[in-house]
Amino acid sequence: MRTNGIQKLLKSGFLLFCDGAWGTIFQSAGLKPGESAELWNRVHRKKVLEVAQGYVDLGVDMIETNSFRGNRITLAGIGAEKDAAELNRLAAEISREAAGDKCLVLGSVGPTGKILMMGDVSENEMYDSFAEQAHALEQGGADAICIETMSALDEAELAVKAAIENTNLEIICTFTFAKTVSGDYKTVMGVSPAQMAEKMLSAGASIIGTNCGYGMEVMIPIVKAFRDFDSNIPLLVQPNAGIPKIENGETIFPETPDEMASRVPDLINAGASIIGGCCGTTPEHIRAIMTQANL
Amino acid sequence: MIIWILGTKIAKAIISDLLIYFLLFLEPKTKLTMADLKKLNESIIYGDLETSVQVTKEALIEKIDPQEIIQEYMIPAMDIIGGKFERNEVFVPELLMAARAMKGSLELLRPLLAASGIEPQGRVIIGTVKGDLHDIGKNLVASMLEGSGFEVDNMGVDVSSDKIVAAVQSDKIDIIALSALLTTTMPSMKDVIEALKEAGVRDKVKLIVGGPAVTQEYCDQIGADGYSENANGAVGLVRKLLAL
Repeated sequence: MRTNGIQKLLKSGFLLFCDGAWGTIFQSAGLKPGESAELWNRVHRKKVLEVAQGYVDLGVDMIETNSFRGNRITLAGIGAEKDAAELNRLAAEISREAAGDKCLVLGSVGPTGKILMMGDVSENEMYDSFAEQAHALEQGGADAICIETMSALDEAELAVKAAIENTNLEIICTFTFAKTVSGDYKTVMGVSPAQMAEKMLSAGASIIGTNCGYGMEVMIPIVKAFRDFDSNIPLLVQPNAGIPKIENGETIFPETPDEMASRVPDLINAGASIIGGCCGTTPEHIRAIMTQANL
Repeated sequence: MIIWILGTKIAKAIISDLLIYFLLFLEPKTKLTMADLKKLNESIIYGDLETSVQVTKEALIEKIDPQEIIQEYMIPAMDIIGGKFERNEVFVPELLMAARAMKGSLELLRPLLAASGIEPQGRVIIGTVKGDLHDIGKNLVASMLEGSGFEVDNMGVDVSSDKIVAAVQSDKIDIIALSALLTTTMPSMKDVIEALKEAGVRDKVKLIVGGPAVTQEYCDQIGADGYSENANGAVGLVRKLLAL
């Protein structure tokens, strides 16, 4: 297991804070449906930098990069696979510029959107795609790689291995879980928090956790499930601002900053080590979470 | 000439099939019983492609009616695995494996059905709407519908209204199934409905919608004919809309 910056910070015993959403903020800044947010690193660098700066200014311990869908398999969907390395390097450079040495930069790596067992892409293609992305994020100045919103063990394992074998960075891995009929939590591929933890830790991740899918409330039992498996491993938790609703043709994330913040004590009690936000969260949400946690 | 024929893909496929038939012929003759077709049903539920294809071939040698194989053994298998999926007893991988096993068998049966003039249960076109490149959920619905006896034309991702209108105009389509992952691309579903109205073909088809952020309320709002929360529900929905 590779440890450096984040591990050291966590050893000091404090709860750490991560940034909130970027994509949903880009949408209000004019990102069109279906437009690739990663291309903004090149064409709207200033707007991306502004979002990053908004989070750095809150005093968070770490921010991510605008590279969630920046792997070449996903980018091939818009014919931009050749730009993958450049777009990821730019993503890390922008976050680094905003972060300076005030906070850490986590290079965001999301799923490819392909299922390995369907045979549309091979294991090698998937590995290479993640390796290229992780390497470019490191070149751009990332301190760690954050592999997130995963649901399949095989894909996430390839991503963790590719990042371990092609960078010198610390690896974080988070999955998205949903409540099943029987009341426990699994990904759409049927993976439980314990199964995920076991596989990702042995693949080389040093921080694991959960992001997206639901709001604060649902994150609490998921964190407990992780803690039942391992009481020490650092856990990153990034809830959505609730479940999105459509109102008058607009997407609304219903949880207000105060509503999210009110659940923070329960989340800390459950065992979260790093708290941030996913879809629909804004700097206001993160500020409220930090204020509540520091009470 | 013979070498050239041997080299073609079709020839290879025919030869390999003939070989299997020949080997089956050599095996001690055991009369196909109900148990063998039950194995087909089980192999689909457990996603065992090899077994489902093999049993289907055996059944065809015994000249069992393809309609009977599909209706009595294959569709019930998809219903069982679909129900398990809905109850979270199995997840996406198991559903995909079952659909793959089903498809393997269907590919053997389809030419025979077509030759005897048997129409599919219904014709479906399916696609992810304009601006949206996500295809996992849409492909899952396509596999389930195909596995349940519908003819499915999977139009892919980022499908424009024009393409859908053209498909409806040129072919006999019963169902349009639209998918969107992103809340930002969901409005494209409404665009498709408007385009169909404009072309005067809205009443020719039923249109269903799905995706993580799509709701029954949204479906009603845009004037779609049906919404399903998951891939198995989509099969039931299509059956209901076609009064099957």
